[in-house]
Amino acid sequence: MGREVSESCVDSLLTELVSTYSTRFYANKPDLAAHSIEAIGYQVGLQLSERYTMDRPRFSDHLEAIKFICKDFWSELFKKQIDNLKTNHRGTFVLQDSRFRWLSRVSIDPPENGDVSQDNPAGVAENKASLVTKMHLNFPCGIIRGALSNLGIPCAVSADISNLPACSFVVRIKV
Amino acid sequence: MAPAGPRSGDAIFASVERVNAELFTLTYGAIVRQLLTDLEEVEEVNKQLDQMGYNIGVRLVDEFLAKSNVSRCVDFKETAEVIAKVGFKMFLGVTASVTNWDAEGTCCSIVLEDNPLVDFVELPDTCQGLYYCNVLSGVIRGALEMVSMKTEVTWARDMLRGDDAFELQVKLLKQVPEEYPYKDDE
Repeated sequence: MGREVSESCVDSLLTELVSTYSTRFYANKPDLAAHSIEAIGYQVGLQLSERYTMDRPRFSDHLEAIKFICKDFWSELFKKQIDNLKTNHRGTFVLQDSRFRWLSRVSIDPPENGDVSQDNPAGVAENKASLVTKMHLNFPCGIIRGALSNLGIPCAVSADISNLPACSFVVRIKV
Repeated sequence: MAPAGPRSGDAIFASVERVNAELFTLTYGAIVRQLLTDLEEVEEVNKQLDQMGYNIGVRLVDEFLAKSNVSRCVDFKETAEVIAKVGFKMFLGVTASVTNWDAEGTCCSIVLEDNPLVDFVELPDTCQGLYYCNVLSGVIRGALEMVSMKTEVTWARDMLRGDDAFELQVKLLKQVPEEYPYKDDE
């Protein structure tokens, strides 16, 4: 195992990254904020995938590359593999992490400490939480897209969180 | 009397959840890169990195106090030592040292010889004037402000600029007296 840092370092950095772009820089332009956050993820995915595939032979097909993302790549980042992989065999892959680590940082449940929730109707808080969550997910989506791009697979990646705490990443390979 | 705090952060670092440092380092690098693209001005990037650090420090101090079990520091000197020996270790896994105290004991240097933020980093000539690690100065300033110390934190040495170490000069501007009575939850 190489060098490690406390998990809070990464968590704080991501929280602050999302907050900087979505509330300070582009408060009224969520699309621009999402684009920049995704671009940062893309860069990270590109570089990580370059490092993690250094000593490997080329992947023979798309499925091999996707499997690499699900197993080795995911394990490096989250110390666990993707739990479920589905495909329609026509270029769409769904990678499900049944307990996605980076979502545990965002509180979806009503806040535990009473002081926040009192002057904040539950509905508003929930809606806000889901927007924040979506903004956060631009980062891992970017990482996956960057990692696959580096393997020569251009694609679009989106996230589906209708099944929390599970998170599904939908990869659509461009042909 | 609270029990004496740990002398170093080794045990705490060993017990916290840890992740692959490459992810952290590359993410930070990608953020700096994107800020340079979006903001264009190096000065503005320095400012934003410091602001991000400040916001992180303000939040991180709670985790630090909760996990480090340090007792109240008697003075700024002890505070600086705790940041260098416990704080840096428990979050970044590296130890810093404190030197260059002024006569009044209100200004010192925190020196970092090993810094995970700059693994794989090399600055191009177009980034002259960039304080790449400025997030760190912000973190220290933000965290200290939460424990009633107003400080000014500046870079004295920077390895990315060819120096032999990273040196942060921390100057205590004002120690805000604590207000009584404490709120109920304190």
